[in-house]
Amino acid sequence: MIIEFGHYALVLAFALTLVQSIIPFWGGITGNERLMAVASPVSVMLFILVLISFIVLTMAYLSSDFSVLNVVQNSHSAKPFLYKFTGVWGNHEGSMLLWVLILVFFGALVGFFGGNLPADLRALTLAVQGWVTAGFILFLLATSNPFQRVVNPPLEGADLNPILQDIGLAIHPPLLYVGYVGFSITFSFAVAALILGRTDAAWARWVRPWTLLAWCFLTLGIAMGSYWAYYELGWGGWWFWDPVENASFMPWLAGTALLHSAIVMEKREALKVWTILLAIFTFSLSLLGTFLVRSGVLTSVHAFATDPARGVFILGLLCIFIGGSLALYAWRAPMLKQGGLFAPISREGGLVLNNLFLTAACAAVFVGTLYPLVLDAITGETISVGAPFFNLTFGPLMIPLLMAVPFGPILSWKRGDLLAACQRLYVALGIALAMTLFTFWLWGMEKVLAPLGVGLGVWVMAGAVSEILTRVKLFEIGLKRGISRLWGLPGSAWGTAVAHFGVGVTVLGIVTASAFQEEHIQTMRPGDSVELSGYQVTFDGAAPRRGPNYTEEVGHFTIRKGGVVVSELDPSKRVYTARQMPTTEAGIYTTGFSQVYLSLGESRGDGAVDVRVYFKPMITLIWIGCVIMSIGAVFSMADRRLRVGAPKPSRKRTAAAAPAPAE
Amino acid sequence: MTRKQMRLTLIGSAGAVLAVALGLILFALNDQIVFFQSPTDITQNTIPDGQRIRLGGLVEEGSIVRSDNAQVEFRVTDMENVVQVTYKGILPDLFREGQGVVTEGIIGTNGIFVADSVLAKHDENYMPKEVAEALKDQGHWQGGEATAN
Repeated sequence: MIIEFGHYALVLAFALTLVQSIIPFWGGITGNERLMAVASPVSVMLFILVLISFIVLTMAYLSSDFSVLNVVQNSHSAKPFLYKFTGVWGNHEGSMLLWVLILVFFGALVGFFGGNLPADLRALTLAVQGWVTAGFILFLLATSNPFQRVVNPPLEGADLNPILQDIGLAIHPPLLYVGYVGFSITFSFAVAALILGRTDAAWARWVRPWTLLAWCFLTLGIAMGSYWAYYELGWGGWWFWDPVENASFMPWLAGTALLHSAIVMEKREALKVWTILLAIFTFSLSLLGTFLVRSGVLTSVHAFATDPARGVFILGLLCIFIGGSLALYAWRAPMLKQGGLFAPISREGGLVLNNLFLTAACAAVFVGTLYPLVLDAITGETISVGAPFFNLTFGPLMIPLLMAVPFGPILSWKRGDLLAACQRLYVALGIALAMTLFTFWLWGMEKVLAPLGVGLGVWVMAGAVSEILTRVKLFEIGLKRGISRLWGLPGSAWGTAVAHFGVGVTVLGIVTASAFQEEHIQTMRPGDSVELSGYQVTFDGAAPRRGPNYTEEVGHFTIRKGGVVVSELDPSKRVYTARQMPTTEAGIYTTGFSQVYLSLGESRGDGAVDVRVYFKPMITLIWIGCVIMSIGAVFSMADRRLRVGAPKPSRKRTAAAAPAPAE
Repeated sequence: MTRKQMRLTLIGSAGAVLAVALGLILFALNDQIVFFQSPTDITQNTIPDGQRIRLGGLVEEGSIVRSDNAQVEFRVTDMENVVQVTYKGILPDLFREGQGVVTEGIIGTNGIFVADSVLAKHDENYMPKEVAEALKDQGHWQGGEATAN
């Protein structure tokens, strides 16, 4: 009964999305305030209904209700509590329900906090959000109903894919979805602006915090996914340029570009048309990602049961939303007024450069991801586009961008002085060169590119620090006053510096972990040792062990440095009972930013086992850098000027007062 | 700078970056993609020396030979032709005899395929799509749909 209640709530929600799609839209274009006022309460109600439906599905999982098909296929009564909970979205239907839940949550946020938006803009934004929601709830109801019952309930379920039975499933999908779906708001704003045919100051002020929010979560989601794959798959790699990874990376690249172009639009009223296009692109890429991952076009751990009907449905949604919004753009964008001009060497120029490189890099990833699919569909020829392609295209496009990062925030608006910027950056440049030479000295000529990469990462980091220092003039006005000025800096200045610093940290981690890693693959017998990068790894033996829903063969290893035991690791090979499926659990010892990584292969019977041992210098910087980037986004969102729902900074300016410059 | 010059600089630099990106993409597409081949393709066609390929098929029953230092040899078959493969490393969890596999590497001078990566996928029911199609071509596919779930 309760299950049908959840289903019913979802059907009701669909009916409400139709209300939300039509009435506020009609109100918005005819200027009828009463119709427009419908949008906000409906968006909140919609969220409540989908939440009810989500809670019902969660309850079915927690109580192992095997009369529900979805639970039968993806759960098991012996599964630990946490995985019963996270298993709700560890399958196609449940994950799409989570997608919709987040979609309506964002709609409700706009409905709730959008009080200071012009009424017509808010109504239209919510109406567009309603269209997207309607499409996806219909998708759920028509092709992926999570509440499907089984006629003869079995006693036991088929269990969740063991790879997904990990804390990562609790964190990675929700973060990633908040990121993906968060861009729906910027999309809805952009489409609403196109329908209205105007972008005012309020519009510009609203787009950036939403983009930042989505971007922040997407960054964390991708980083978490990368770390999860790193420790769970046992291959020791953190990024494979797998199409599924690219599917999340493309919206990230476009979103990063959007984030930067929105600054120009907000401060200088320029690049409006471009920003709107980027907003459409970013969410389109999110939709494309959902399509690639969920339709079964790509086969991966993310593609749960595949059903051609679903793929066609999502493809249809994709065509309607992307095609529709681009057509609307072609029709209405010329009506928008172009903003101020700027010299090529200026803050705007820098941000345009950023956008150019990011979109070009995004295009390269797009081609590499979709070319094999298109080729397969047209000629039937199967090819694979792997890391070499992306290293050759994405890499060269990132290098000039990274070199330019420290200059951007130092240039002044409208007309900048490159020479003056160089003078402010010479200390950072000196530090970067010193680090490059130091790495050369350490490693000699055997690796030529790596020291340059290290220098690039340090350059970006040092540039971010020096930006903050020059802003407060720390060395000119004395430490005490300098520190008080540090506090006074606007959140967005901190945000820029912190996020850029994070980029540098990630670059540094990528370079060191790829260039200087040491790897040994070897068959070891108890008592055997491997030496690598100053660590001695000894295999002590293996023993079987029993977990709640798996059995495992655990290898015991001792790690010594200079004869002293620093850690003991227990990597294992598990077999999950319900599916008879083996998985590898890596053993990881973290020391400073570096890691020793052990994973077990086949055992040889006589106590010998294949072992893969890595030393990954400074690899954790890759993910730490991503976390720092997200912290930067939080700083930026905390900027009073941008804070969602913050009261106006000055009394005289009202939100409705049209194209007044934002600040 | 005049308005026109500013605009031209903008358009010019955009064009330059996009041209570079396009050049890189085309160059890489020419050079860096890897074609999928079944054992029959390899036996029938001559593949240029040193060209990377993806070989897919079933791991032949009883063909896996392990030696020390994590060296493994096995044969990949599409039920028509067989290719001998050698690989050093840890095999994926779901690598088994009689199961689908995709390996990437180059063919050595002795005709033995030297793989540097071996992929068997994340799910026990899963058959790599390329493998399913190659088997279908040879008329040996008994499974359900191509993506076999």
